Amino acid sequence: MLSVQNLHVYYGRIHALKGISLEVNAGEIVALIGSNGAGKTTTLATLSGLLRPREGHIYFEGRDLTRLPAHQIVRLGVVHCPEGRQVFARLTVTENLRLAAAHRTDRKNVARDLEYVHQLFPILAERRNQHAGTLSGGEQQMLAIGRAIMSRPRLLLLDEPSLGLAPMVVETIFRVIGSLRQHGVTILLVEQNAYRALQLADRAYVMETGYIKASGLSQVLADDPAVKAAYLGG
Amino acid sequence: MLTPSYVAQQVINALNIGSIYALVAIGLTVVYGILRLINFAHGDMMTVGAYVALAALTALAMPAVAALLIAMLVVSALGIVIERLAYRPLRGAPEVAMLITSLAISSLIQNGATMTLTAQPRPVRLPAELTQRISALGLSFAVMDVIIIALAIALMVALTLFVQRTTLGIAMRACSENVRVTQLMGIDVNRVIAVAFAISAGLAAAAGVLWTGKFGIVDPFTGFLPGLKAFVAAVIGGIGNIPGAMLGGYLLGFAEVFFVAFMPPEVSGYRDAFVFVLLLIVLLVRPSGLLGAREVNRA
Ligand SMILES: Nc1ncnc2c1ncn2[C@@H]1O[C@H](COP(=O)(O)OP(=O)(O)O)[C@@H](O)[C@H]1O
Ligand SMILES: [Mg+2]
Repeated sequence: MLSVQNLHVYYGRIHALKGISLEVNAGEIVALIGSNGAGKTTTLATLSGLLRPREGHIYFEGRDLTRLPAHQIVRLGVVHCPEGRQVFARLTVTENLRLAAAHRTDRKNVARDLEYVHQLFPILAERRNQHAGTLSGGEQQMLAIGRAIMSRPRLLLLDEPSLGLAPMVVETIFRVIGSLRQHGVTILLVEQNAYRALQLADRAYVMETGYIKASGLSQVLADDPAVKAAYLGG
Repeated sequence: MLTPSYVAQQVINALNIGSIYALVAIGLTVVYGILRLINFAHGDMMTVGAYVALAALTALAMPAVAALLIAMLVVSALGIVIERLAYRPLRGAPEVAMLITSLAISSLIQNGATMTLTAQPRPVRLPAELTQRISALGLSFAVMDVIIIALAIALMVALTLFVQRTTLGIAMRACSENVRVTQLMGIDVNRVIAVAFAISAGLAAAAGVLWTGKFGIVDPFTGFLPGLKAFVAAVIGGIGNIPGAMLGGYLLGFAEVFFVAFMPPEVSGYRDAFVFVLLLIVLLVRPSGLLGAREVNRA
C-alpha cells in the first residue's frame, strides 16, 4: 500500500533522514520505534507532505506522493495525526471535527463517521461546543484522533498518540487503534512506548539517528536482545 | 458649545469615522492573523477602491450602489493578484521580508496613481439623494452619514457570520492558529489565504468609497493616513482578532473626533499624534491589545 524508497530529508544543513525505506501493506499496523531525535516525526511529516525530501520517493497505491501538496495527500486517504495533538484551541470540538471532513464529498458518510467518533469518545459529544483549548490532554488526543477519522483515512499516520497521557487514557487510545484496524484502516504508528507498540503491531521498524536500524515481525523484534536492551528496558 | 445636540452631532461623526476605521482594521487583522504580515499597502486598497468607484460613477455613469460593488470586486481581485505575485513567493521567508514588500507595493500604487492620474485631488460628486441633509430630533446629518454606519455594520455582520458559520470561515480561523496543521485537515491553505486577501482588500475598497463619499475628494494618498490609523485600531483591539479590530476602530473614531471637538484649537491640531499616544498607553497597559489573546504556540 505504502512504499517508501531511500528518503533523504534535511532541515537546512541538518541531515535528518539518511535513506529511509519502508513498506506498509493494506490492513497492517506497522510500528516505527526509536529514541528521541531518531527521525520518526520527520518521517511522518515527509509522508504527509509537510516536508519535502531532497532524494527518494513515496508511493501510495502506486501513486507518487513525493511532490504532492499536503492537502491532496489527505484527500488520497493518507491522514497524519501529528505529534503533540495540535488541535485548534480556539475552535470548538465540533468545528475541529467539521474542518477535517470539509474536503469530503460523501456527506452521508461524514454524518456516520461523526457518530462513530462520538461513540468511540463519548466525552467529545459531551463537550462538542467547548473550545478545544479547554480540553484535558487526554481529551485533546481523542479529538486529534477523532479529527483524523473525520478525514476518512485509509492509511493513518499516528505520531506518539500516548505521549504524556494517564494510563487509563492510554488504554482507551490503544483500544481505539485496534478498533480502527477492524474498520479497515491501515496504520503506521510512531510510539515512545515501544513495548505497547510492539504488542499491537504486526511489524515494526527501529530507527536510529536518521537510519532504519532493524525491521521485522513485532514478536521477533520484541525478543531481539539488542532491541530489548535499547528500547524495552532490558 | 457643549449643547446636547453638539455632542450628539459629534457622536454621529465618530460613528462614521469609527465605522470606516473598523472596516479597514478588520482587513489588516484578518491577513495578519494568518500570515503575520503587517500590510502597509492596505490603506492604498482604499485609494484604489475610491478611484474605481469614481470612474464607475462618472465615466460609466453607474448608480452609486453599482459603483461600490464594482470597486469592491476589482480591489478584491487586485488583493488576490498581489498575494499571488508578491507574498506567496515569500511564504516561509522572515516576516520582515513581507513587510518590506508591502511597503514597496504601497509606494508602487501611490507613485503609479500620481503618474497616471496626477496628484491633483479630484472632487467626488455624489448623487443629490446621498448628500441631502435630514433634520430630526434637533440633529442634522447627511443621508451619507447613515449609509456609512449602516453599510459598515452590515458588512461586519456578514463577515462575522461567514467566519463563524462557514467551513471556509472555520478554515480561516484554523489557519490563524496553525497553517501547517490546517493543511493536514485536507484544506488547501493557498485558497484560504487568497480568500482572506480578497475579503481584506474588498472591505478596504468599501471603506475607501465611504471615506471619499464623506470627505468629497480623492487623491493618490487618500488611503494612507486612514490605513495607518486602522493599523493603530487593529493593534489597540488586539491584532489578529476580528472583534478587536471592530472595537479598536470605533474607539479610535471616538477618541479622535472627541479630541478635536472638545480640545482647544491649539491642542486639537495634534490629533494624529494623539492617536499614537493613545496606542502607546493601551499597549503599556495591555501589551496584546484589548481583546488580544496571548500568542498561542505556532509549532
Ligand atoms: N524543525 C527542525 N529544525 C531543525 N532540526 C530539526 C527540526 N525538527 C527535528 N529536527 C532534528 O531532526 C532530527 C529528527 O527529529 P524528529 O524527527 O523530531 O525525531 P523523533 O520524532 O524520532 O524524536 C533530530 O536530530 C532533531 O533535532
Ligand atoms: Mg517525534
